[in-house]
Amino acid sequence: MTRHATFPGAAAMRETGRLYALGLDVIRCIPKRPFQFREFIGQFWFIASVSLLPAALVSIPFGAVIALHLGSLTQQIGAQSFTGAASVLAIIQQASPVVTALLIAGAGGSAMCADLGSRTIREEIDAMEVLGVNPVQRLIVPRVLAAMGVAAFLNGLVSVVGVLGGYFFNVVMQGGTPGAYLASFSALAQLPDLWISEIKAVIFGFVAGVVASYRGLNPGRGPKGVGDAVNQSVVITFLLLFLLNLILTTLYLQVVPPKGA
Amino acid sequence: MGVEVVVEDLSKSFGNQRIWQDVTLTLPAGEVSVMLGPSGTGKSVFLKCLIGLLKPESGKILINGIDLVRCSERQLYETRKLFGVLFQDGALFGSMNLFDNIAFPLREHTRKSETEIRGLVLGRMDMVGLAGAEKKLPGEISGGMRKRAGLARALMLEPEIILVDEPDSGLDPVRTSYISQLLIDLNAQVDATILIVSHNINLARTVPDNIGMLFRRELVMFGPREVLLTSEVPAVKQFLNGSRIGPIGMSEEKDEATMAAEQAHAQAGHHDGSTEDVRGVVPQLQPTPGLPYREAVRRRKDRVMRIIHTLPPEARHGIVSSLDAEDRLRYGIGVR
Repeated sequence: MTRHATFPGAAAMRETGRLYALGLDVIRCIPKRPFQFREFIGQFWFIASVSLLPAALVSIPFGAVIALHLGSLTQQIGAQSFTGAASVLAIIQQASPVVTALLIAGAGGSAMCADLGSRTIREEIDAMEVLGVNPVQRLIVPRVLAAMGVAAFLNGLVSVVGVLGGYFFNVVMQGGTPGAYLASFSALAQLPDLWISEIKAVIFGFVAGVVASYRGLNPGRGPKGVGDAVNQSVVITFLLLFLLNLILTTLYLQVVPPKGA
Repeated sequence: MGVEVVVEDLSKSFGNQRIWQDVTLTLPAGEVSVMLGPSGTGKSVFLKCLIGLLKPESGKILINGIDLVRCSERQLYETRKLFGVLFQDGALFGSMNLFDNIAFPLREHTRKSETEIRGLVLGRMDMVGLAGAEKKLPGEISGGMRKRAGLARALMLEPEIILVDEPDSGLDPVRTSYISQLLIDLNAQVDATILIVSHNINLARTVPDNIGMLFRRELVMFGPREVLLTSEVPAVKQFLNGSRIGPIGMSEEKDEATMAAEQAHAQAGHHDGSTEDVRGVVPQLQPTPGLPYREAVRRRKDRVMRIIHTLPPEARHGIVSSLDAEDRLRYGIGVR
């Protein structure tokens, strides 16, 4: 007989446990054949199409703000020549993966969660299980992989657009030297920075996909339950993202020595 | 022949809310059974427990010697292949048209070629009266059509146990009769074990071989149709007649005061909601002429005649009076 413990916070821990369980299930089901290629392509295209333009539009002001801030800061301490170096680091390592993940969770994840949620309350998922098809392998794996894939590509786009935005504002608005901005890129930044940026984006994509799927598969009752689930999936993803970002950044700074140190 | 489903001491709750407890029954192999019960007594939950979509807290569900409550996930998925389930709204996949929906189980679990699949699917669609609607999406058709498409899909893998959740909800009486006939014909053709969850009295009186009833978190009774149809148990009697007089209230529990007040109203000539006493054994639906004999009838008759001495007198009378001369000879009962 299974008994549910009833101490304060037990429900929250149970939910967390089930979220992790789904994450593990997804990883376990990834190598299982047949891979749902059409579902994967469809989801990839969908997530990319809803998050591509917003991501580009968000990354311009994001890069600009960082460049402007750093520009005035470096002017104060007399290190203008390092403006480009610092802003490229900030954009690639921090801003880009986070912006990417926020958009994937906000634009792609919410739609994914709503879709799965309405399928759940219409008993489609139950029907699939009864027909002997594992919904995690059939529906969730392609979605999570698509979120990870789009995150990897989008991260590249956001980095480039962000750096361009920073360059434009630094050079045009603050009268920075174009050559110095570009030349200082490699003063502080190194190749592992690019790697950690991509790794972060892929992990964030995984989290966004799993959280959206989890809330979609376990919505409350009725249409309102689905609405609440979508809302929660976005909020939970955001919270997890920033926590994960902190952990990954700390680890990276400990493991990879900064350039020139 | 279908598979026997044995349920022992099954209990299910959500949080602190007990849905039902200590449900013990056996769905005899190849026979049609109906589970009755007022709305909200956990009939659908019972059905979902049988296929392992919900986990009961205690008890056993034995199918081919496998306990679905405690088996591994792999065994569960294997056992589920025996099942065909018709959900309340059909549970069709919204993104696929009817043809793809019905072909889904074949494409997933068999290595049949597309032409073979096409033939099988069109055959089934014709059987449930959906010929010509292959390209329609589930959102574009009526509830009754969705239900029939759901049934066609549930039957694709030739299941040995068919579970049907409220086949009549949202259907008019005529369409309900057609679905009932379809289920009986199906039983005659494939000899599968069928469990129908419903609160439709007409269906309960004419379709099943066995009837059970859930009420107040318990299985009130389960047995041969004659037993329930002639029962004197107040809840069963009230439910069959659709009367307001009796232990079933608008909410789950009805208190003594309300019962007394309603009784007084009825005695003063107030209509109690029912039309006439419909209890009694009525003839059962027969397979459409031309279809094979329904083996379940013979098996059930043998089984019931073995336990007839344990049944209440009204049921006994109902059973004996439904026997024809040949049966009487076979079971050694004198012609009265």
